[in-house]
Amino acid sequence: MLIELKNVSYTYGTGTVYEVSALENINLNIGEGEFIGVIGHTGSGKSTLIQHFNGLIRPSSGQVLFAGKDIWEPGYDLRSLRTHVGLVFQYPENQLFETDVLKDVMFGPKNQGLTLEECESRARAALNQSGVPEELYSASPFEISGGQKRRVAIAGVLAMDPEVLILDEPTAGLDPAGRDELLGQIKYLRDKRGITVILVTHSMEDVAQYASRLLVVHEGRIAFDGPPKKVFMNYRELETMGLAAPQITYIMHALREKGLMVDVSATTVAEAKRSILLALSRRASEKQE
Amino acid sequence: MGEITLGQYYPSNSILHRLDPRVKFIGTILYIVSLFLVNSWIGYAMAGCVLAVLIGLSRVPLRFILRSMKPVLFILLFTMIFNLLLTPGDVLVRFWIFRITREGVSLAVRMGIRLAFLVMGSSIMTLTTTPNELTDAMENLFAPLSFFHVPVHEIAMMMSIALRFIPILVEETDKIKKAQMARGADFESGGLVRRVRSMIPLLVPLFVSAFRRANDLAMAMEARCYHGGSGRTQMKPLKYSKRDFIAYAIELAYLAVCIIFKVRGL
Repeated sequence: MLIELKNVSYTYGTGTVYEVSALENINLNIGEGEFIGVIGHTGSGKSTLIQHFNGLIRPSSGQVLFAGKDIWEPGYDLRSLRTHVGLVFQYPENQLFETDVLKDVMFGPKNQGLTLEECESRARAALNQSGVPEELYSASPFEISGGQKRRVAIAGVLAMDPEVLILDEPTAGLDPAGRDELLGQIKYLRDKRGITVILVTHSMEDVAQYASRLLVVHEGRIAFDGPPKKVFMNYRELETMGLAAPQITYIMHALREKGLMVDVSATTVAEAKRSILLALSRRASEKQE
Repeated sequence: MGEITLGQYYPSNSILHRLDPRVKFIGTILYIVSLFLVNSWIGYAMAGCVLAVLIGLSRVPLRFILRSMKPVLFILLFTMIFNLLLTPGDVLVRFWIFRITREGVSLAVRMGIRLAFLVMGSSIMTLTTTPNELTDAMENLFAPLSFFHVPVHEIAMMMSIALRFIPILVEETDKIKKAQMARGADFESGGLVRRVRSMIPLLVPLFVSAFRRANDLAMAMEARCYHGGSGRTQMKPLKYSKRDFIAYAIELAYLAVCIIFKVRGL
């Protein structure tokens, strides 16, 4: 197991009037190469959860293990952990600060103590992977477009060459084309370099299309954990949590109710199309008989 | 983070919370004046009793009031030690180049009491009054100054905006700090120069975001046709009730007693 959480609980503002329990007794195993989607209502604790993975938040109780070692043991190198577990926050473009794009992306590798040449080659590779055109490398990160800023910020984390990449709503505020492109690139990275991806999102469609495992966080607990298809079967429960299944799931269930024997576990448009065509041809052949 | 004492409001529904903020504001000023008016042990005992009663009425746990002392503890000790060591008079103890005098001890203790009461007294106000109520009270009390072309409303508006933005900026700082830490930034170790340099990745984005937010807010205010104070009404205008007049009477009585103490030389 790459990341393990054992009985992790976290309480905000301990000892003040505003004490809030954000996570309660979380047990979780994350293996190498998984593509995990994390969904949950605003304030469900999902952002708090992902910050436990790279040691930005210390659990109030319980253990966090990376590659079998407790990260809160005295003497554990948290800074090095954070280069293994890269975390891209929501609206990551707000963290840009350098005078040009290339230098900003080099910040992470520099903190890893690499030589300047290595930093630069890593930065160039990361920018290339995130799809930032080369003519922008010397531009100020404050003068490029919003979508490009987002890519530069993600490259800033990728340049550290992490084994786990956590993204907190990376597509928020992007247009549909930018969203598909970004998610495509993330999937490509996972398939090509075998990194583990943890994607926090509000879009059920994205989860259905990319994730191999889905975590549903509700009121500080993990409500569901499993393949997206199985989790979306519980769409009635998801609705009580302020969430929903992909729209396709609803269409499939509605078709089934009207008597068309489609596969209700279909979650993407492509799957649905296949299943509907299959059901229609089956019905046509039944009628001929 | 979260240790910011400005806007340390403690939510409750005590009689002090329900008082008009103007009463509390004037009361705090009178209390501070009284602390510098009285100069006798009886006077301090009385001020202490008043403070104890106020703390009891406020229903704020004592530790929250004592916590407000933390930032001024250094100044408090500093003044006390200086007064203790550098006051001429009857020598009690003598060591190295210092002489501790009877007058020095008495002055140091009095200074200490004054400062401690002053901070605790004003923290009762900030603990029982929301920052917004406070700026409302100030705007209302200083309104006559606009006669002398002092932009009272604008100053009050700036104050409430500034207060409103403090928690937002604290949160923002926390976010950016974490984002940079996720990129391996180190804010804790190293010498002074390294530490100051390590703040650049934090400060640059923070300033950029502060300006962006200020710009957005200005735009939103203009879009709602905000054009300063003249003719503006308030959503929740301050209104005195009976208990506020009683509180004023008590405040004045307290001040009168202090003045009598002063005149009598008690």
